[in-house]
Amino acid sequence: MTTTLSVENLRVSIPLSAGVLHAVRGISFEVAKGETLCLVGESGCGKSLTSLALMNLLPSRAKRDADRIEFDGTDLLGVGERGMARMRGNSMAMIFQEPMTSLNPAYTIGNQLEEGIRLHKGVSAREARERAVYLLEKVGITAAASRLTQYPHQLSGGLRQRVMIAMALMCGPDLLICDEPTTALDVTIQAQILHLIKDLQREFDMAVILITHDLGVVARVADRVAVMYAGEIIESGDVAEIFSRPTHPYTQGLLNCIPVPGKTRHGERLGTIPGIVPSMIGEMAGCAFANRCSYAQDICQQHVETHTVAPNHAVRCVRAEQVRTVAAGSLA
Amino acid sequence: MNTTAPTTEQILGPTPGQILRRKIFGHRGIVIGGGIFLIIVLMAVLAPLIAPYDPYHQDLVARLVPPIWQDKGTWTHVLGTDQVGRDYLSRLIYGARISLMIGVMAALISGIIGTSMGVAAGYFGGKVDMVVTFLITCRLSLPVILVSLAVVAIVGGSLEMVILVLGLLLWDRYAVVMRASTQQIRSLDYIAAAQAAGCSTWYILAREILPNVMNQLIVVATLEFAHAVLLEAALSFLGLGVQPPLPSWGLMISEGRNYILFDAWLIAIPGSALFMMLLAVNLLGDGVRDVTVPENRA
Amino acid sequence: MLIYTAKRILLAILVSLTVSALVFSLLYLSGDPATALAGERANEADILAIKAAYGFDQPVYVQYFKWLAGAVQGEFGNSVYFRLPVIDLITERLPVTMTLGVCAMAFALLLSIPLGVLAAMYPNSLIDRAALLLAVLGQALPSFWFALMLIVVFAYWFPILPASGSDSWEHFVLPTIVLGYYATPAFMRLTRTGLLDVLSSDYVRTARAKGLRPAKVLFKHALRNAIIPVVSLAAVQFGFMLTGSIIIETVFALHGAGFLAWESISRSDFPTVQAVLLLFSWFYIILTFLADLLNAWLNPRIRVA
Repeated sequence: MTTTLSVENLRVSIPLSAGVLHAVRGISFEVAKGETLCLVGESGCGKSLTSLALMNLLPSRAKRDADRIEFDGTDLLGVGERGMARMRGNSMAMIFQEPMTSLNPAYTIGNQLEEGIRLHKGVSAREARERAVYLLEKVGITAAASRLTQYPHQLSGGLRQRVMIAMALMCGPDLLICDEPTTALDVTIQAQILHLIKDLQREFDMAVILITHDLGVVARVADRVAVMYAGEIIESGDVAEIFSRPTHPYTQGLLNCIPVPGKTRHGERLGTIPGIVPSMIGEMAGCAFANRCSYAQDICQQHVETHTVAPNHAVRCVRAEQVRTVAAGSLA
Repeated sequence: MNTTAPTTEQILGPTPGQILRRKIFGHRGIVIGGGIFLIIVLMAVLAPLIAPYDPYHQDLVARLVPPIWQDKGTWTHVLGTDQVGRDYLSRLIYGARISLMIGVMAALISGIIGTSMGVAAGYFGGKVDMVVTFLITCRLSLPVILVSLAVVAIVGGSLEMVILVLGLLLWDRYAVVMRASTQQIRSLDYIAAAQAAGCSTWYILAREILPNVMNQLIVVATLEFAHAVLLEAALSFLGLGVQPPLPSWGLMISEGRNYILFDAWLIAIPGSALFMMLLAVNLLGDGVRDVTVPENRA
Repeated sequence: MLIYTAKRILLAILVSLTVSALVFSLLYLSGDPATALAGERANEADILAIKAAYGFDQPVYVQYFKWLAGAVQGEFGNSVYFRLPVIDLITERLPVTMTLGVCAMAFALLLSIPLGVLAAMYPNSLIDRAALLLAVLGQALPSFWFALMLIVVFAYWFPILPASGSDSWEHFVLPTIVLGYYATPAFMRLTRTGLLDVLSSDYVRTARAKGLRPAKVLFKHALRNAIIPVVSLAAVQFGFMLTGSIIIETVFALHGAGFLAWESISRSDFPTVQAVLLLFSWFYIILTFLADLLNAWLNPRIRVA
């Protein structure tokens, strides 16, 4: 498999009056062609800022920093704003959380679908319209041609998100970033949209980064998972491996929070993780999860390296081996 | 580690009053605007004590004496004298009384009218709301300056008349703002709770609604205060407001107009006073809004 | 859109009627309008003659409907002072006021919208602070005094512009500035806050995510939505400008409708006063009506219901 995007040591910081907020603290990951990477974590863990940082769409106050962000063989750190603009919506596209507000209320669906491809590919108005109709049909919108003249307020939330997906696919991107694409939608529509993204990925052979807080979503669509906590990736690996042998105490805690049919007994209380996320202002020494972790020892206050515990499974925990043994014991 | 026990203050943090006070004194607009406004109020209240001369005393020998910063200025008349020899500083000081009086009274009368209408429309909704909205639309269609000029021309100009006319005309913004904020508060749960508890309509209006629209009320009141002061000056300037020999700033500008060519200070001085007062009130109003409306702080 | 338009037309007509009744009743504030019209030295016979001539001997509602019927056809009777049909006086003076109003509006928009856009694009920058300061100072500046000071500076100290009159375009420069600056702070603040709001909106982020150039994002996606409230405000402000022209035209002796209003008021020329007052009000009602329509048309949520 060819690597589409490879990120090394990405950092995002936001200067505030109380100090510098390090929202993303040096994360590294890769996505290959045709592969779906899920970034999972609670709100505020830095996953959305990560996606905006990839597109260089961060709010102007936020500062991006990285050792390397290589996309399709080019280092994005060196291309500048004009170069990024040429790639955005063209070879890398993004879908946002809020379909209700992500479309401009003043323009028709057609206008908004077509403007990107006309800019990037220089196609004629007719070709752009044909592509738009083709993609609207692809994302399951009926009477696609007549939708082009409609305004966003005439469509439901689910339809708008389908339009957003079609819009992202207009130029045939190599990388699709989906930032909580189903959070704002009804549960029944959520499933349809996830299916759609998965199908389209296969058909167009894209790399997909899907950001979510919902482990149910991860189980459905992910090939690989990266769990984020307090701006760091604390565990990553193949989806089956992570779900069957979660090694970081935080990942274990997260998985304990979901009811499993047949395993969670009726009336049994679901797990919670005690404590709160530490403040992300200023530098942090040692493991960010230590203050909430039942395995924590003095050693956890020291610097932690990410290390591999199994093929395709990396964990950022000093006591990973012990945790794995204990967890295996409790499962047996 | 800090071993001394924390004081109660450290534990509880600043009280809401302390926070508000800190915000008020930390706001540049409020401090500057409030400072200027305080000076003007003191000027008006203490006028008989600080004015060097009787503002109505004419001295035809000492006519059009220039102010101190000009070549022929003297310390006897710091701001000079007007075309009939009245001390300009004294007139300016007494003029503050007229502006303040008009501003406060007009803002008060229009405030009572507009607030009752707006709160009633917002609280009762339905037909009441329709009627009030219609009245607001009609009121906005009538040009204030033209109507007040015409009314004053018909019934005669005097301080009381100007106050009354402006008070009866400037209620529109109160009504608009109060209607909107009452509607907003009315939809909140604690009003429903009060109704469910059997509180009377008057009780709910007085104890639940009014205290919560107070901030906006104060902001509108400052705006309308400034509006009334400005309109009085304009009416008096056009000769259809406060009548001579009262020392209204607008009237002083009007009287100085004939000397605009050689004695421009005659209009520059009262105009600057008017400008400072309006600036002060606007800064105060903006400041109050900044301090009391949390989402407005960017 | 059709139902919306019909509703708005009905409201406009109702408001126009109410306003006309108010304007008409102004005349009766003085008690007996015939005595007021006749002047102080008139005797009993004069007053009776005036009563008959102006129809004051009829019931008030008959007078009102007659007056209203005339007004709808542009017939306001004769000016007491000029001894000419009021409508002729107004049509003669109106072009000056309209020219002034349009120039002032253009001046205000051309100054305030670019400033508001710059202030929103660079919040808390030097230009933002300067624009805010300008707005705060501008709002506190009494227009008639500002006008006089401009005359002192540009007509007497540096005599480059005429102080009064309405013969050439130079006569309109100072009045345009004075009348236009008054609306500038409101336009600027509205443009700034509106654009700031829109620039942080999700759909602007979508536009940027499409790789559109910053200028296209600003002008196509952001400004179009931010400017809608400014359009309504512009209509309202244009109405205010026409009334503001009373003061400005008086200061600069521009012989427009505002000046006519002031002349007639000081001369107790009631037919003219009523006519100008009614026309200004109606004009304002029509303006706000058109602004609402334009607003609805700019906003697809109302246009394509």
